[in-house]
Amino acid sequence: MAKKDFDVSYVAHLARLELASAEAESLGRQLGQVLAYMAKLEELDVAQVEPTAHAVPLANVTRPDEIRPSLSNADALRNAPASNDGLFVVPKIVE
Amino acid sequence: MWNRLTLTELAQRLAQRETSASEALAACWDRIQQVDPVLHAYLSCDIAEARLQAEAADRALASGATHREQPLLGVPISLKDIIAVREQPLTCGSKLLANFVSPYDAAVTEKLRAAGAVLFGRLNLDEFAMGSSTENSGFGPARNPWDPSRIPGGSSGGSAVAVAADECAAALGSDTGGSVRQPAACCGVVGLKPTYGRVSRYGLVAYASSLDQIGTLTKDVRDAATLLGAIGGHDPRDSTSVPQPVPDYTATLEQGVRGLKLGLPKEYFVGGLDPEVRAAVEAAVAQFQQLGAETIEISLPHTDYAIAAYYIIAPAEASANLARFDGVRYGSRVAGADLLELYQRTRGAGFGPEVKRRIILGTYVLSSGYYDAYYLRAQKVRTLIRQDFLEAFGTVDAILTPTTPSAAFPLGEKSDDPLRMYLEDIYTVSCNLAGICGLSLPCGFTRQPRLPIGLQLLGKPFGEATLLRLAYAYEQATSWHREKPPLPHAPERA
Repeated sequence: MAKKDFDVSYVAHLARLELASAEAESLGRQLGQVLAYMAKLEELDVAQVEPTAHAVPLANVTRPDEIRPSLSNADALRNAPASNDGLFVVPKIVE
Repeated sequence: MWNRLTLTELAQRLAQRETSASEALAACWDRIQQVDPVLHAYLSCDIAEARLQAEAADRALASGATHREQPLLGVPISLKDIIAVREQPLTCGSKLLANFVSPYDAAVTEKLRAAGAVLFGRLNLDEFAMGSSTENSGFGPARNPWDPSRIPGGSSGGSAVAVAADECAAALGSDTGGSVRQPAACCGVVGLKPTYGRVSRYGLVAYASSLDQIGTLTKDVRDAATLLGAIGGHDPRDSTSVPQPVPDYTATLEQGVRGLKLGLPKEYFVGGLDPEVRAAVEAAVAQFQQLGAETIEISLPHTDYAIAAYYIIAPAEASANLARFDGVRYGSRVAGADLLELYQRTRGAGFGPEVKRRIILGTYVLSSGYYDAYYLRAQKVRTLIRQDFLEAFGTVDAILTPTTPSAAFPLGEKSDDPLRMYLEDIYTVSCNLAGICGLSLPCGFTRQPRLPIGLQLLGKPFGEATLLRLAYAYEQATSWHREKPPLPHAPERA
């Protein structure tokens, strides 16, 4: 199941992660080894097994739809790398 | 020397007015000055603000406040730098968040404040809690107080070091695959990972949401019982926190272990287990028998698949959780020609190598064409691992294992070999996958060099009271927990 042609640059693109070429090379090699180890899981027959996403004995936890105290605009913006006029500033995304 | 006392001893001295919260904090601060230049347990410490809290605790004591109502009144406690404290840094050990200041308190922070604790210092960790050695900290590793050339374990390395080196009375960490228990074992302190859902994760920066749980690092078992009682409980802000009452864990500590049945999983006592660790754990088994517990061999047949399942599920969840660090709303930003380049450059520059590894791995196992082969299969194996434990708990009250396959290893030994580093977690990850509780406590030392060895007890969901009772009985019969590391060490020359 570990693909030999594990394409680090493609996955890095999906993850929006810039990698230097040396970094991509070593990550590719290390993750190739890790994925080869994961092949171990193929030894098990899991056809009839239900997946477990979490171990909490709860389902569909809801709460009343009420307004509660939340962060102020100033608090929400205080760690922003760039903000103006109560808003986050980002590069233009629509021409 | 107020910093050397356990949380419980210090609370008693405070109650008897033998010392003050301000004196206790000052003793911790002196100790930090003395040992932390070498150990690097703390990433930062706002001592001026902590002094105000200590003075407030002293005023409360003077006006009649009691430890019955506030069990931690005046006790200095430090938190891993991934748990939010309002107006304090929250770096998660990441350069990306080097200047982040938390705008709010985590649920556990609120609870500790309500119990009267003096919260001070931000404890070192592997970046975003990803690692087993604290070498992945973006701000330099923490070091083992028993031998500073060795790792303190991770990811809550700073928390274990600070407690072992008497820099604080007790600490909180987080445990996703062993990150409280393994550093506790490496540093010779008590580490408790509660059942998933026992403690609110509100204000704990998420690594792998279905596995993360806040845990305690303490000087002894009674302290763990007190601290868990203070931080446990339902919180509507964390939909995975379970509405189960929190018992008084200290009330049942002294009930003894006669009649309790301990399971020894044969898959945990195999090749790869260091002979000295095995000998120490076997001696602990004999000690439990002497105390009146019954021990039987059990089987957890899917043990061998736990690391593979964990290192698919945890990175998958991490890759989703860490998508929020995109340079837009918080953290550092590296500019780019467009938004895509801004994301890529920000994340490329801000994250360290291990975080990048896990994001890439997690993105890959979730990507189209590989999801079923890796992620879904790992979730099914998770079911098998959980069933192993639930079946075992049909016959035994708790499971006894080593916490780690060997004692603390030298810094740098495994940092270039992620797979070897991941295999270190063999005894601890199953507990998180199964969502049960686990505790590590000191059970001996290696001969040369002299390093602590950890004994792990695994318990039923919400079975913390039984674990603590077992651990307390063992601790009372032994003296490992009273041993102190040979500090201070001279700073290494740069």
